[in-house]
Amino acid sequence: MRLNRLLPMLGVEIKKIVREPSALFIVLLFPVVLTLAFGSSFGGAGTSSVSYSVGVVDLDHSTWSAGLQAELTGTQILHLSAYQDLSAATPDLQQGRLSALLIIPSGFGASCQSYRDNPSNASSWVLANVSVYVDQGSIFASQAIGPVVSQTMTAYVAPDASAISMPVSLSQPQLVSGAKTTAFDVVAPGMFAFASIFLIMIVSGAFTASRDSGLLRRLSVTPITAGEFMSANVAAYMVLAAAQMALVFIVALAMGWTPSGGAQGVFLGVVLLLIFSACNVGFGLITATLAKSQSAATGLAFLFVLPQMFLGTFVGSMLGGTAAELGKFVPSYYVTDALTSVFVRGASVTSGAVVTDLLVVAVSSLVVLVAGVFLFQRYGSR
Amino acid sequence: MHGRAAIDVKGLKKDYGEVKALAGLDLVVESDQVFGLLGPNGAGKTTLISILTGLQKATAGECKVLGNPISERLASVKSRVGVCPQSGAIYQQLTGVENVVLFGRLYGLSKEESKNNANGLLARVGLESDAGRKAGTYSEGMKRRLSLVMALVHSPELTFLDEPTVGMDPQSRRAVWDIVRDQKGLGRTVVLTTHYMEEAEQLCDTVGIIDHGELIALGSPSGLISKYGKDDLEEVFIHLTGRGIREEI
Repeated sequence: MRLNRLLPMLGVEIKKIVREPSALFIVLLFPVVLTLAFGSSFGGAGTSSVSYSVGVVDLDHSTWSAGLQAELTGTQILHLSAYQDLSAATPDLQQGRLSALLIIPSGFGASCQSYRDNPSNASSWVLANVSVYVDQGSIFASQAIGPVVSQTMTAYVAPDASAISMPVSLSQPQLVSGAKTTAFDVVAPGMFAFASIFLIMIVSGAFTASRDSGLLRRLSVTPITAGEFMSANVAAYMVLAAAQMALVFIVALAMGWTPSGGAQGVFLGVVLLLIFSACNVGFGLITATLAKSQSAATGLAFLFVLPQMFLGTFVGSMLGGTAAELGKFVPSYYVTDALTSVFVRGASVTSGAVVTDLLVVAVSSLVVLVAGVFLFQRYGSR
Repeated sequence: MHGRAAIDVKGLKKDYGEVKALAGLDLVVESDQVFGLLGPNGAGKTTLISILTGLQKATAGECKVLGNPISERLASVKSRVGVCPQSGAIYQQLTGVENVVLFGRLYGLSKEESKNNANGLLARVGLESDAGRKAGTYSEGMKRRLSLVMALVHSPELTFLDEPTVGMDPQSRRAVWDIVRDQKGLGRTVVLTTHYMEEAEQLCDTVGIIDHGELIALGSPSGLISKYGKDDLEEVFIHLTGRGIREEI
């Protein structure tokens, strides 16, 4: 490995990327636009929460039901509007004018009062069921509103927070920090992984273009070794990945992203995303090996982009069942999971789950990168 | 150096399945000369150059370049050889001078040496005023001239030029010819393939005509014209290879 050949090659590869408008768009501008869009939609620059429009059908008309509505309004996350009945509110929900519809049943006040009168005697409680219809067209509303209602209702009905059961079913209110955690904070970890995935397209396109133009053949008759050439290229894409990451982090912070985990968390994020970028360079090389031409590479890249995007990033976090299980087979899942644990759940960077995720990403990235380099050199370079 | 073989090929064979691209070719190219490799489409010229530059492996036979077996693919030998391929094979996003400097560095020159050589050669082929422009904006003729400079930046002892003037206007072609003559004047060896018989007559000390993977004629252009009693090299070429139109393999 000779640095006097590797370094000029590295410089050239960086220049090549920087001077290619389509590459810059996909790797730098696209993630920034994505971050701005998500930030303004779900985080909001200069604000700490996002507001959802929620319809309320109050069938109880009690001071308890009015009190609950006041509490929900007080979260500053939900903007309430009253409806006479379900049929009146349904069109607005179906047409996206409402993010959710809350039905407070008749007897809700009596249920709350029975709990307050005798919180330790469940047999004396009057049961009631509050229904929440969520806009299924909004993956974020469906994720955020239910927990906010649950948390607010728990705090309202059982302010001492010591009860393990109530006449109104409530679940895991501690999962939502309400006013402190925005939907943007929740999707940001997956968004960082999402941005890195597009390196696959850039790498596969660049390598197939070099091959199609005869540059690889030409370079192979110079003294530069295959190892030096590949090292320079991988290093160039790592530099690009670092620039992408810095840019996305800065824009996310400007858009109101409030990560937990402090400096250690950010350091883990940088390390994890750099390792994951190496994985995507490997997938790009595998794509370039399979593709007959640069245009074919763009299409083939989606073989690796889509599963990682849909199963492993913020998109995948909205899925359930089989899709959630399949996500465990793509590296982006572990990147998103680790970043979510540190940035959203507040886990320590040395906690077992985070370390496990890091190890899985590191090992899978090494395997994919080595496989990509080997396959491209063996089958894809000519 | 004069009198030593720059290239020594014995019994060289290359098969692509049933197709025999080279069928036991023997060839010696002496140093310090311009050698023209002629042949119809599909005769085996590009295959031969690919093997001589290490891009392909021969099916059988021996092959030495600058005294070293090509199978060893030594970096020390690579650094003494220049290759200008048929396709442009340049970095479109880099400027002309950046392309040349890169190849100088890859061949072991310092940054300063690379820049000096690049500027001199780019001026020699009329690209000095366009050296700072991205190569992707060049015309095809300019790209071909740039590609030639990239092959010569490290002052190689032996240079392979695969159809270096194809598609060029007369002025560009003359500029390339001047460069090739410069190389010979500096005591270097140039092996070029061409379909232009006038070019071979003008530039080459020796030409070898290959067809169906075999060497069918070898000598100076004037010697071959005289030997076969023809008016020019093109007549000799047609006489030896026939009038049938060939296709690439």
